[in-house]
Amino acid sequence: MTDLPAPANPPFRPSMLINDRRYRSLTFQVVVFILVMAAAWWLVDNTIRNLAALGKTFDFGFLWNRAGYDIPQTPIPYTADDTHFRAAAVGLLNTLIVSILGCIAATVVGIAVGVARLSNNWLFARLMTVFVEIFRNMPLLLWILIIYAIFTEILPAPNAYRGEDPAWSMILWDNVALTNRYTAIPTLGMTNDPGSLDLGARITISWATIAIVAALVLGWIVRGRIRDHAQKVQDKTGTRPTTWWKSLAVMTVPTLLLIWYFGLHLVPPSLKGFNFSGGLNVANALVALWLALTLYTAAFIAEIVRAGILAVSKGQSEAAFALGMRPKRTMNLVILPQALRVIIPPLISQYLNLTKNSSLAIAVGYMDLRGTLGGTTLNQTGRELEAILLMMLTYLALSLIISAGMNVFNSRVKLKER
Amino acid sequence: MKKSVFLGTAAAATLIAGMGVAQEGSTLAQVQERDELNCGVNTGLVGFAAPDANGNWTGFDVALCRAVAAAVLSDSSKVKFVPTTGQTRFTALSSGEVDVLARNSTWTYSRDTDLKLDFAGVNYYDGQGFMVRKDLGVTSAKELDGATICIQTGTTTELNLADYFRANQMDYTPVNIDSNAEGEQQYMAGACDAYTTDASGLAATRAAFADPENHIILPEIISKEPLGPAVRHGDNNWGDIVGWTLNALVAAEEYGVTSKNIEELSKSSNNPEVQRLLGSTDELGAMLGLDAEWAKRAIQAGGNYGEIFAANIGEQTPIGLARGLNAQWTQGGLLYAPPFR
Repeated sequence: MTDLPAPANPPFRPSMLINDRRYRSLTFQVVVFILVMAAAWWLVDNTIRNLAALGKTFDFGFLWNRAGYDIPQTPIPYTADDTHFRAAAVGLLNTLIVSILGCIAATVVGIAVGVARLSNNWLFARLMTVFVEIFRNMPLLLWILIIYAIFTEILPAPNAYRGEDPAWSMILWDNVALTNRYTAIPTLGMTNDPGSLDLGARITISWATIAIVAALVLGWIVRGRIRDHAQKVQDKTGTRPTTWWKSLAVMTVPTLLLIWYFGLHLVPPSLKGFNFSGGLNVANALVALWLALTLYTAAFIAEIVRAGILAVSKGQSEAAFALGMRPKRTMNLVILPQALRVIIPPLISQYLNLTKNSSLAIAVGYMDLRGTLGGTTLNQTGRELEAILLMMLTYLALSLIISAGMNVFNSRVKLKER
Repeated sequence: MKKSVFLGTAAAATLIAGMGVAQEGSTLAQVQERDELNCGVNTGLVGFAAPDANGNWTGFDVALCRAVAAAVLSDSSKVKFVPTTGQTRFTALSSGEVDVLARNSTWTYSRDTDLKLDFAGVNYYDGQGFMVRKDLGVTSAKELDGATICIQTGTTTELNLADYFRANQMDYTPVNIDSNAEGEQQYMAGACDAYTTDASGLAATRAAFADPENHIILPEIISKEPLGPAVRHGDNNWGDIVGWTLNALVAAEEYGVTSKNIEELSKSSNNPEVQRLLGSTDELGAMLGLDAEWAKRAIQAGGNYGEIFAANIGEQTPIGLARGLNAQWTQGGLLYAPPFR
């Protein structure tokens, strides 16, 4: 066999940029890149010119000016004397609060509904179908407004709890009061307060919280050790020692001891002046927003869960039944673990949607990031471009963080190929 | 990935910022070419700006827009009313979506300077007040410690409220709402103990209630709220037109020029000031870039300031506002139009 002479490279001609496959893709990439850069340049240039025409500057200094307005729900201490930056931080925390609560509740409701839609109980399954179709097919904003309006119109003003024979009375052993402004719930009080850890910027965390969280984390680690030990014993002897009471004890006993030591107790709200005080007033805006986000997203998650379960071949459940496993165990041990790897990726999108949809909060006056930085701050300072840019970057960062976290989780549950 | 994110962000931000700003030419030329005045008004505040049963906008602020349209376009009906909320109004103005903003907007230092607006004058001297239900038993704003208060977000009232309660060492819970209609609904449902906004707005809101007698406006006025039409900073001629249209309406009342007698006075008046105002002598209109009878048409559109006030928010209307500070300077009020010469 003789080597074929290598074909001589023809000399480069400009027409080859179009006609030669080796260069063509490169040509197109360069052209598209130039067009994109030109578009970007045009946009930036347009912005600069228009800002100049309006006599406006591009400056984030306004963030350090006095905000001057109050915010109803402040997870960290905040007064009207604080800066716009702190107001934005309060807004971001409010966004996080409703997003996290919403993601948790939507996951629970969504999985329950998704599984229930596949139930053999005809009525139950149809009811769940109705739930999904209703919530999935109407705009979220309508749901937020409807739920908020229901709270406002049906529940009484705090005044209804006043007097000898009030029109309304508190529920749950006089601990919770439902009003058309907020739900008044008890707070936790301590008879033996250990003080707080100062994190700076007037943010503090109670030592009691730190201690209890530490106890729970330690308990969880010890529980893992106990389980590893049981596994080892089982591998060696064939019988698994009973561990449930040990696990339960390491998780609960230290926590209970701490609660007893700090004298943790419930402080119920009481009507004083115009409003309930002493407890925690959870604004209806938050509850309505949370419920609407939960139900709306749960409808989508239910469909994702149903699709995930249906993606597991029927042979799997038949095999499990043949081994004598009950339906509930089959679901938990055979179907769901396999369905998860189909479910997780679209679930990430739903979490991202929920977080971004929480910016509809302004409809019910819940002061989230859109309400503070993108609402009152923007309006009072007139810094539209800066505020909107900052808000976009914050939501972008938030979404990327959620996405990254969920991807880590996904890589743990996805099919391990061996 | 990184680049696409950056480009997307830059593009979107630029779109928001750049929308409609780069309009060339003076506002007057644009309005005349469009043959329509874009006027930013309230989304619905009875007496000041609200559509009636037939969908026609009426009200005190609306009348000013119509007067400007009459002066500039010779037709008081050539106005497109753009409803704006407390949050969207200034962006609508600075982006060029509206030519003039007549929307109960308070003239403040920072709006005039930092927001790059120009206030062409004051058409209503107002102050912030509180409205509560009568059966609450509150007679003074000082008794509102601990109350829940409905407040329109993005307004000066929001800042005044914070200042007032701090100064009096009282606590309150704000309920932020986006429009007057929403505030009305929340207040009526009892979701807030008190509703606060400009006293004129409170009166207008109360007038729309089914049971206005069960609500009282507390005596405290906690701020100065000079409300006036705003235009974009930089186009001084357009600012002059809006400002002097307002002055023409005020001066007309002072000199007794009404929509009824204006035709007659324009021919027969011996008062040189009236003659100049109505364009019978001199050519004041040309100095503004308008014709001689601009002010005459503006006054004909809805009458002089007093007539507009009486027809929309005066004591004979359900809103029932007294002239108070808004009387002519000759009557002990603050209205004082500079001389037309």
